[in-house]
Amino acid sequence: MRNKKIILSLIGIIATGILLFILGNVLDTYKIRILNLCGIYIILGLSMNLINGFTGLFSLGHAGFMAIGAYTVAILTMSVPMKELNFFMKPMVPFLANLEWSFFPALIMAGLISALVGFLIGAPVLKLTDDYLAIATLGFSEIIRVVFINIQSITNGALGLKGIPSNTNLWWSWGTAVFTIIFIGLLMEGSYGKAFKAIREDEIAARSMGIDLFKHKVMSFTIGSFFAGVGGGLLAALLGTIDPTMFKFALTFNILLIVVLGGMGNIKGTVISAIVITIAMEALRFLDESINLGFMTIQGIPGMRMVIFSIILMLVVIFKKDGLLKSNLKDVRRNYAKNR
Amino acid sequence: MNILQHITNGISLGSLYALIAIGYTMVYGILRLINFAHGDIFMLGAYITYYGVLFTPIPWWIVFILAAVVTGIIGLLLEKLAYKPLRGSPRITILISAIGASFFLENLGIVVFGGRPKAFPTPDVFNKVINIRGVSTGLVTFIIPIVTVLLLIALTYFITKTKTGMAMRALSKDYETASLMGININRIISITFFIGSFLAAVGGIMWGIKFPQLMPLMGVMPGLKCFIAAVIGGIGNITGAVIGGFILGLGEILLVALLPGLTGYRDAFAFVLLILILLIKPTGLMGEKIAEKV
Repeated sequence: MRNKKIILSLIGIIATGILLFILGNVLDTYKIRILNLCGIYIILGLSMNLINGFTGLFSLGHAGFMAIGAYTVAILTMSVPMKELNFFMKPMVPFLANLEWSFFPALIMAGLISALVGFLIGAPVLKLTDDYLAIATLGFSEIIRVVFINIQSITNGALGLKGIPSNTNLWWSWGTAVFTIIFIGLLMEGSYGKAFKAIREDEIAARSMGIDLFKHKVMSFTIGSFFAGVGGGLLAALLGTIDPTMFKFALTFNILLIVVLGGMGNIKGTVISAIVITIAMEALRFLDESINLGFMTIQGIPGMRMVIFSIILMLVVIFKKDGLLKSNLKDVRRNYAKNR
Repeated sequence: MNILQHITNGISLGSLYALIAIGYTMVYGILRLINFAHGDIFMLGAYITYYGVLFTPIPWWIVFILAAVVTGIIGLLLEKLAYKPLRGSPRITILISAIGASFFLENLGIVVFGGRPKAFPTPDVFNKVINIRGVSTGLVTFIIPIVTVLLLIALTYFITKTKTGMAMRALSKDYETASLMGININRIISITFFIGSFLAAVGGIMWGIKFPQLMPLMGVMPGLKCFIAAVIGGIGNITGAVIGGFILGLGEILLVALLPGLTGYRDAFAFVLLILILLIKPTGLMGEKIAEKV
């Protein structure tokens, strides 16, 4: 059974690799960029699903952690002259201005700093229950953004950073995505994952079974923040420019959309919905912009795209209702009845 | 600018926050739901007034009242469409629906009203500058707290003295038992949403008079801040929401006035306050402790 699973996973990875290699050679730059975004959104969707779907903590702070990751990668990988060019309003802190790391350590650092912040935030906030937690994490992500606007000598404030080396390619984004899938898959198979799910199903029951609620919640939150930071870092290196307005609540909303449509606590679903939604977001971009058909111009309506996506989200929520959270309890009960 | 001037401004901003926070607290009290779309209802109130004043021949004060009523009805419909089908589902599900509704209204605002800011058509009466003991400010700064206090008195009367108000309190004390006592839950919830949205619209109109620039996303920040005000005061408690609103409004203005170096952090102030309150006294200033039931 286990061997079969490993072999299947290996085949899956190799197939993905071959597919990426072919697509990388066939597609044009714009489509490759979308493919990269798909990989990044898989990472982000899974990291939010770990916190919200698997552990049942309702966190809305993803944009904040992504901002931390994105800025870390940007600041660490940008070349020294580029930094001087960016920081014309206020010079950068000399310690950071002279740094120039390569991409991989910068990406790891992005994850680590994000995880550290997640740990520091999580330790006090995770004592709160569902909706308070949602609003507190949302608050923290807003605070992170406000701080980034104000510490001009580190982040260049509201002007943002331009000319970040575009290190993200298909191998980086999809490699990290595959790593994330495997990591979270293994995590959820192991005892930690079982504890996370137990907390989601019933906190009091989990506590009486000897599961340390606080420790596991903080752990899930910290791991989730790590991957959010890595995803943010990859995003920064894909886009080349970042500024604090990018990391508003709308970004968290996109990821939440992926998680809800893919199924809370469902890895496969998240991967599929990340790809579908990323492509749909790009494909429906025409709704916001006007299209020129040669003989006539169809006026686009800005905002229409997100109207559609919010309607989709609400329809899914209303029609799926209780099925939104993938609960294993039913399967377990059925198996128990069968084996008795 | 003296300190009295700042306090006047703070009280006026605080009254606006209080009006919006009441809507949050009433809904949460009954449904245990953060109505994320409440800030966007506030935005709709301001925009409906804008179109009413500019494009209808109706006198402005009637438009103000009508706009608040229409917004109240929109709030009621929002509950029917987005929250009612989910009654009894896990709280996270309803919360996601609320976030979806909020996003829907914001983007619908961009589609319908356009992304560009619009200037609120303030009636001339409000622009009069008055001067009391060296505090000179627009008349509106004084009108806002007066309107707020009047509405609060009316609301308190409604909740403590009428039958519907009593039913409302019963629902927020114990939803299940109240429903067994023959209270028409759907009606009470509709009324709650109507009142909350009505007050938010009044807040939106006065916000438009004080800060005459309308944007489809204008409700996001005040919405979040007013929810925080409701939490600070103890969510579910109307007096608490008002106190929370005043603490937040005064605190924000005084922070900027006394520590100009922190002006950029103005929007973060509310969130810092929220996290402090949640850590020190999670039930808020006036909230009651609810025991965890198995």
